[in-house]
Amino acid sequence: MSLTLPDIGRIAHLARLELDQAHAERMLSRLNGFFDLVEQMQAVDTAGVEPLAHPTAVIGQVALRLRDDVVSEFNQREANQKSAPAVENGLFLVPKVIE
Amino acid sequence: MSELYQLDVSALAAKLAAREVSSVEVTQALLERAKANADLGAYLALDEAVSLAQARAADARLAAGERAPLLGVPIAHKDIFVTKDFPTTAGSKMLEGYRSPFDATVVAKLAAAGAVTLGKLNCDEFAMGSGNDNSAYGPVLNPWDKTRVPGGSSGGSSAAVAARLVPAATGTDTGGSIRQPASFTGITGIKPTYGRCSRYGMVAYASSLDQAGPMARSAKDCALLLSAMVGPDLDRDSTSLDRPAEDYAAALGLPLSPDATVAQPLKGLRIGLPQEFFGAGCAPDVLAAVHAALAEYEKLGATLVEIRLPRTELSIPAYYIIAPAEASSNLSRFDGVKFGHRAKDYADLSDMYKKSRSEGFGEEVQRRILTGAYVLSHGYYDAYYLKAQQIRRLIAQDFQSAFEQCDLIAGPVAPSVAWKIGEKSDDPVAAYLADIYTLPASLSGLPGMSVPAGFGSDGMPVGLQLIGNYFQEARLLGAAHHFQCATDWHTRAPKDFA
Repeated sequence: MSLTLPDIGRIAHLARLELDQAHAERMLSRLNGFFDLVEQMQAVDTAGVEPLAHPTAVIGQVALRLRDDVVSEFNQREANQKSAPAVENGLFLVPKVIE
Repeated sequence: MSELYQLDVSALAAKLAAREVSSVEVTQALLERAKANADLGAYLALDEAVSLAQARAADARLAAGERAPLLGVPIAHKDIFVTKDFPTTAGSKMLEGYRSPFDATVVAKLAAAGAVTLGKLNCDEFAMGSGNDNSAYGPVLNPWDKTRVPGGSSGGSSAAVAARLVPAATGTDTGGSIRQPASFTGITGIKPTYGRCSRYGMVAYASSLDQAGPMARSAKDCALLLSAMVGPDLDRDSTSLDRPAEDYAAALGLPLSPDATVAQPLKGLRIGLPQEFFGAGCAPDVLAAVHAALAEYEKLGATLVEIRLPRTELSIPAYYIIAPAEASSNLSRFDGVKFGHRAKDYADLSDMYKKSRSEGFGEEVQRRILTGAYVLSHGYYDAYYLKAQQIRRLIAQDFQSAFEQCDLIAGPVAPSVAWKIGEKSDDPVAAYLADIYTLPASLSGLPGMSVPAGFGSDGMPVGLQLIGNYFQEARLLGAAHHFQCATDWHTRAPKDFA
């Protein structure tokens, strides 16, 4: 199975990346080179094998925690907005999204 | 008398505790040395005022009679850990000029232990790479040969420690990013069990794999740092393990087996050698150094047993599916709105996202994002991501079978010594294949380390990889410490930096 240039365009849109023609072609050849390597996975029989997300779950249950529903952070809007590209009156500025 | 930069963490700590030298003096000397060796590309940020203020605070604690193993000792952080007092870039143009409002947990814990932050260290962009040639801020040079890579992604950390610019540094390891640069520069580094160090404040690459660890000149120094880095951070990192910190340095002196004797401190220790790590894929010079190190382990009393890790090769596709999938999700936060780069000209919101991300991310990062977006997309999830996670379990189970026959696993860290800068830049798959010996432990979340084991071709360092079962960091460090008591590979410095 090989990816095509339209596939690259579709994936790039999903990932919100903009690739010009030359860049897309380069990515296509690189990704196809990589997916050749991935093919060997398909030969492995994994029927009934539970996917492993947290690695130490191999040796025991890893509990998913919920913390108490109490306020733990104080407001630090200024510090949090210090590195924002565009702010005004404490608000993040973005291009108009609703006409 | 030794120059201050020649002293390792343990020696510096002793001098600081005896008040023979002040933290300000050490910090000043190392800042000068960092500036004098700026051509290595190891540091991305230094701030004399911040470091000296921390050093003065440490001196005040020392003057008040406080004693702690890291009190007043300068260290540096991989620029993947966010810091309040220094910029954080993750090696990316995307985060140029970014200032975090908080410190990463690992940074805060080391600061609380009294360590002084000397600066931030270069790394591959978002920790994606194995040669530190994917940094937006330029490559890092290997102090053993400036035409070669220092390994990656923690290449600023490895180069700075090897060049004696700093006695120890933090690193992060997702697929080998502590162990491989440690091996390439002749230093010691350990990646603990996944979940042992908090990931809070580590710029996320692949969340189910990312783990912090120390890089230093000896197992003893790594033990001192690691003891301060581990421990639960339950409210801030959902995968942090609820297990108290350990004093790994104190444990170094304990026998690793009931059969241990003074002459043979590792008697009774069974070291497993995976057949798959010693095949034709590994360069002869690396194998020769690894075998010589293993012979030393036998002299120390250890028994070598042959084991199998039959799915070693599958760890490459499994890792390069899982890590990019998680990366594509993690890096979706960089949208040019709350922080990070925003393009100057754009037509609308979607165009702003696309232009900002395409300008801000480098080539390898874009490649991994595309790979991840593809394998997670509709119709492909089961065939790729789920399949990779199933294989991940099989790989982790193979280790559990292997540990029925041995206490530790040993082998090479990487199939070759450090390569020339640029050599693998045009062939990402070749670079991925070189991760083969570090990926299995990464996927399994097992602790692993690199211990200097000698030299290969062209006088380049070779590391011995040790892999332990879950939570066996003390055993790993102990086995490395006994080796370092009997050998001097870890004390060798590159000739221009000795």
